[in-house]
Amino acid sequence: MKELFLVAVGAALVNNVVLSQFLGLCPFLGVSKKVNTAAGMSGAVIFVITIATIVTWLINEFILIPFNVMYMQTIVFILVIAALVQFVEMFLKKFSQGLYQSLGVFLPLITTNCAVLGVAISNVTNGYGFVTALVSGIATSIGFAIAIIILAGIREKIEYNDIPESFQGTPIVLLTSGLMAIAFYGFAGLI
Amino acid sequence: MNKPAERLYNGIIKENPTFVLMLGMCPTLAVTTSAVNGAGMGLTTTVILVLSNMMISMLRKVIPDRVRIPAYIVVVATFVTLVQFLLQAYIPTLNDALGIYIPLIVVNCIILGRAESYASKNGVFLSMFDGIGMGLGFTVGLTLIGVFRELLGNGTIFNIKVLPDSYEPIVIFVLAPGAFFVLAFLVAVQNKVKNRKQTEHSVMATCDTGCAGCASIGICNGHIETGKQEEE
Repeated sequence: MKELFLVAVGAALVNNVVLSQFLGLCPFLGVSKKVNTAAGMSGAVIFVITIATIVTWLINEFILIPFNVMYMQTIVFILVIAALVQFVEMFLKKFSQGLYQSLGVFLPLITTNCAVLGVAISNVTNGYGFVTALVSGIATSIGFAIAIIILAGIREKIEYNDIPESFQGTPIVLLTSGLMAIAFYGFAGLI
Repeated sequence: MNKPAERLYNGIIKENPTFVLMLGMCPTLAVTTSAVNGAGMGLTTTVILVLSNMMISMLRKVIPDRVRIPAYIVVVATFVTLVQFLLQAYIPTLNDALGIYIPLIVVNCIILGRAESYASKNGVFLSMFDGIGMGLGFTVGLTLIGVFRELLGNGTIFNIKVLPDSYEPIVIFVLAPGAFFVLAFLVAVQNKVKNRKQTEHSVMATCDTGCAGCASIGICNGHIETGKQEEE
């Protein structure tokens, strides 16, 4: 139990997926203008990463390892994730209109979110068991949610500030993320 | 300018993937702790980009339109796996330094972006040069960021000591936050240059008699494009 907790804290805060591993930067910089959209995106990411972790772990354990084709990992994982995202989108559209309305637009973007593939691959390279892999997947996506929602909150305030001309747009967002990354270094003391 | 040279210019300067298009941010920030790693990542991506561009261009009449994206992903993933094996066998140090970011080249938006916007519409030869140009542009961007981070954070460039021993390295530049800071400053410098160019340009275009007598001075000063469009 203690080990699982350490994995969770490590994945969510200490090795934050965006701020220290630089995975999923495209949505982090692109969809963080408003807190609402950022929250929608993080909901979709949590959803997809959780399912993708389960599916890729099962495929790796019961198909790739028995047939000794581990070198196919990259190809198989990315195809599975792409198919999965499509499937989730169709499923939500049919059975849960409310969820589809709030997450739908973000789902196609997630296929190219490297955080999903990154979690799947790092679970395998770290040799995690099923429960540990699941915990690390969920914690990683929660870490993504924390980072993007904080950034969106700050960006809503930045709108009203007087920023030097050259720093408007992307540079100020990058600077803000850099300061957040420094703040997240403080969590290193937790483990 | 002839066509292949035009593709190279387009990739390295005009549509530089790192500074102009802001694509492929994950490797850009993650592996540029030193100039060598940045250049290594850039060249690895270049090789994959050239191969996948050529392959997709060859197959462009065979791949049905509706399944083109999954087909591109399979092609790219195949080349990534091949290149990963080659790195493991021949350059293990680079393989260890880049780690998980090698398989993640599959989801690098530059490669799929070029496949979709160029290779699927043009011949093999030009697609190859497009890949070389874009790849070199990416390499230049990564190496530049790597040089700054290594210089400030370690006092070296390409592992050669350039700053005197009295210089105390600012370690934060080789850690995660430094990546954000360096890229922010490089983009800001580029914005500055672009703004100045645009002001000169619009002044030349609109006011023949000089700006002092121009009625639209208020507009053209206020019309400088600042914020860049953001990628998803």
